[in-house]
Amino acid sequence: MKKGYFGDFGGCYVPEILMPPLLEVEKAMNEDLPSAEFQAELQNLLHTYAGRPTPLTFCPTLSKELGFELWLKREDLLHSGAHKINNTLGQALLAKRMGKTALVAETGAGQHGVATAVAAARLGMKCSIYMGAEDVERQAANVMRMRLLGAEVVAVESGSRTLKDAINAALRAWIACQSTTHYCFGSAAGPHPFPTLVRKFQQVLGQEARRQMQEACHCLPDAVVACVGGGSNAIGLFHPFLEDESVRIIGVEAAGTGEPGCFNSAPINLGSPGVLHGSLSMLLQNSDGQIEPSHSISAGLDYPGVGPEHAHLSKIGRARYVMVKDASALNAFQQLCRKEGILPALESSHALAWVLDHPEEFKPGSRVIVNLSGRGDKDMAIVRKALNLPETADMY
Amino acid sequence: MHILEQKIRDANKKGRPALIPFVTAGFPNADDFWPAIKDLDDNGADIIEIGVPFSDPVADGPVVEEASRRALSDGMTLKKLMADLRERGGFFKAGLVLMGYYNPFLQYGLEKFAADAQAANISGVIIPDLPYEESGEVRALFRKHGLALIVLVGLNTSAERMALYASDAEGYVYVISSMGTTGVREHIAPEVDETMIRARKSFSLPLALGFGLKDPAQLDALHKDARPDAVVFGSALLQHLDAGLPAADFIRHWV
Repeated sequence: MKKGYFGDFGGCYVPEILMPPLLEVEKAMNEDLPSAEFQAELQNLLHTYAGRPTPLTFCPTLSKELGFELWLKREDLLHSGAHKINNTLGQALLAKRMGKTALVAETGAGQHGVATAVAAARLGMKCSIYMGAEDVERQAANVMRMRLLGAEVVAVESGSRTLKDAINAALRAWIACQSTTHYCFGSAAGPHPFPTLVRKFQQVLGQEARRQMQEACHCLPDAVVACVGGGSNAIGLFHPFLEDESVRIIGVEAAGTGEPGCFNSAPINLGSPGVLHGSLSMLLQNSDGQIEPSHSISAGLDYPGVGPEHAHLSKIGRARYVMVKDASALNAFQQLCRKEGILPALESSHALAWVLDHPEEFKPGSRVIVNLSGRGDKDMAIVRKALNLPETADMY
Repeated sequence: MHILEQKIRDANKKGRPALIPFVTAGFPNADDFWPAIKDLDDNGADIIEIGVPFSDPVADGPVVEEASRRALSDGMTLKKLMADLRERGGFFKAGLVLMGYYNPFLQYGLEKFAADAQAANISGVIIPDLPYEESGEVRALFRKHGLALIVLVGLNTSAERMALYASDAEGYVYVISSMGTTGVREHIAPEVDETMIRARKSFSLPLALGFGLKDPAQLDALHKDARPDAVVFGSALLQHLDAGLPAADFIRHWV
């Protein structure tokens, strides 16, 4: 197989002036990352700083209603509120070993931006975060967090003013400052080696979940379910189960409002193969190869592409990719709040929603792990608007 | 010798660098685009690069990105551009090169594109997001249709990587003069001398210098062994056209 490919997907479609820094990252991934010294430093940070391992939580009320066991992998409990920190601490450590003094990153919902700012602050690095101007508006709390953590937040006004434009801007910034700066890419997407590198840092969550299920029930789960935007939380959960043939793997894409022809964030279901941001993967595009705007109620899923390994897993049939609409995700969000006392991110709510909406998919007594990739505190303004709640509601 | 190389060598015989203007297809607007190209062709352009607009141009600065966005919103597509070019096949004295990101070519169909490009008298293609590692099959396909896939190198391209590209390059080599995106700059970076000299050793093809050029005087600052065989101007020309000024005025300045 060609280097950096997952079957037909992946690759490294970038300008030549980005090849030297990408080759440098690839070398660090192959040589530094597996070293005992690096692994010890990373494990120590994950354990004493980020809050790993995270629990695998059984949901008694929802399980009773559904007729099968619903378990949540609690990445929402990590420092900075989502799985993103697994990757940012790893990449920041690697960047330091590469002699870099600064990090640049894109962010959609702001979770990856916050997690990058956290890692930069902890490790004494400079940090610049590129964020679509629309996301800056709808995720104001995260913008403030990043600034408090010492990061520079750059609002990107070009294009659709969302994640894809933030990636364009961050790539451009990296072209100019590559000698001192590492691009801390946030998803298991983009040019090689990022899809592999990010997966290597995220698969810890799947390895833990697999072990925890075996410890709790002496068996493997029947299914693992995760939301897929770029797909880093999902590949982190899925990868350790790929060889376990009995385990169904389900990725949930965001269908948007669900009206016919609406903007969505479901390139595996509704897109076609194409090249964006350095990799050949499934993509929302028109027949001329121009990228279509995406939409989701959750900013973290609002992306027209997807990581190439997901495109591959879909094509070979090892994982199934389904869709959930905005309204259904909101419903799941509320149910988890009320019935289990957990306030999930709207991204993770998509994964949960598919399970709640399709109980017929799971045999009675089966065990399903949903990755609760992040917490929902950041989504209060969106949820309030979507549910038409008054601004001073007592509920918070 | 590939026709694009020939065009540059011919200009050099006249004692000047070859001139390679870049204009985004459909810019500054649908009516003025082809007249601007004709103007450039009539007034000394040796090669004309026509930009294929893309929604997400990561290697471009604000001027080319905005030109792309406007062209797209005016309905410019690769299909339309190819149809327009076919109508004008053989009409130009200058060599024609299309420059654009990979995805629109991929969606057009690479085989179909190569055949249509040949029929439209296009001589070369520049795909900035197709580095050496991804370019082998495309280069071989294009070559069958007389199309050179133009190599781009930058200030951070090592002699080793230049050697990779040199093994299979045709037409000319495009040297990017700054570690940034496209756009006008006042001064050429000092590393350009070293890069041009490194490229001169690595390639037997003519070297075109681009990204950030607006004035012939900028070249005087280069070491004598670092002078390019051709110059590419994009953003400065786009700004000139957008101000409603004639393309001829811009290029005459360089002839």
